[in-house]
Amino acid sequence: MAPKIGVVTFPGSLDDHDALRAVRIGGAEPVSLWHGSDSLNGVDAVILPGGFSYGDYLRCGAIARFAPVMEHVIQAAGQGMPVLGICNGFQVLCEAHLLPGALIRNERQAFICRDQRLRVESVDTTWTSAFAKDQEITIVLKNGEGRYVADVDTLARLEGEGRVVFRYLDNPNGSLNDIAGICNERGNVVGLMPHPEHNVESLTSPSLDGQPFFASVLDFLAAKV
Amino acid sequence: MARVVVDVMPKPEILDPQGKAVTGALGRLGYEGLTVRQGKRFEVEVAGEVTDERLVEIRDAAEKLLANTVIETFDVRIDEV
Repeated sequence: MAPKIGVVTFPGSLDDHDALRAVRIGGAEPVSLWHGSDSLNGVDAVILPGGFSYGDYLRCGAIARFAPVMEHVIQAAGQGMPVLGICNGFQVLCEAHLLPGALIRNERQAFICRDQRLRVESVDTTWTSAFAKDQEITIVLKNGEGRYVADVDTLARLEGEGRVVFRYLDNPNGSLNDIAGICNERGNVVGLMPHPEHNVESLTSPSLDGQPFFASVLDFLAAKV
Repeated sequence: MARVVVDVMPKPEILDPQGKAVTGALGRLGYEGLTVRQGKRFEVEVAGEVTDERLVEIRDAAEKLLANTVIETFDVRIDEV
């Protein structure tokens, strides 16, 4: 049986259906998870999708972080379940303190929407093992608040522990250390601002560089069984 | 009803793009020498009396939800009307 990958829908999520579709194309069984749900419905991995949960009111991800389903996501993440936060999902992971730091408004205030070049810095995570280290990839980026910030100690720890997973090749938003994505200590929780779920089909995307995200997690789940 | 005000500001070391944009606009309007940092003000209507325990509770709420202490500082005070 194919592994089940859940995608959480918050009020204001936009890319949940694209994420579900990408999961299906990747060869797993997509499972829709509701923000108010009290269960993860037996999924093997979770994706927090992009969008503007709760209208980005207060701060991006700040209200979604307290959704009932998040309690279960946080618990499962602590037990090693693969969790991927994309864009707004990355912001939710930071607000939930599953990942350190925060995402603030882009340096030049503009909403950025473009095909973004990235370098894969770490293949030692459940979502990036199918990439080659230092591989250069192109993934869609689209956000207004994608500038990664953290204090000096946190940045040093991330760099020292090899937890910067993706770096921008031409930093579009002023993110510190060109950081586009990071992971937790164990490497099962990954957050990034670009949108791999948009880069899985040649009909609608200029690259297929999103596919290895799903291949990676499927490899990990297959090895676990 | 009593009112408690929670002020939230970006930490000094965090670049504040909104404040920077406002600062730039003030300069263009001819207001010289004014530097702005932009934060948020929350007005919290409190049912009943604002006791010390209540203030502790509101401070806790501010730390948990209203501010993200990774990037922001906050201040809680009773609003004297």
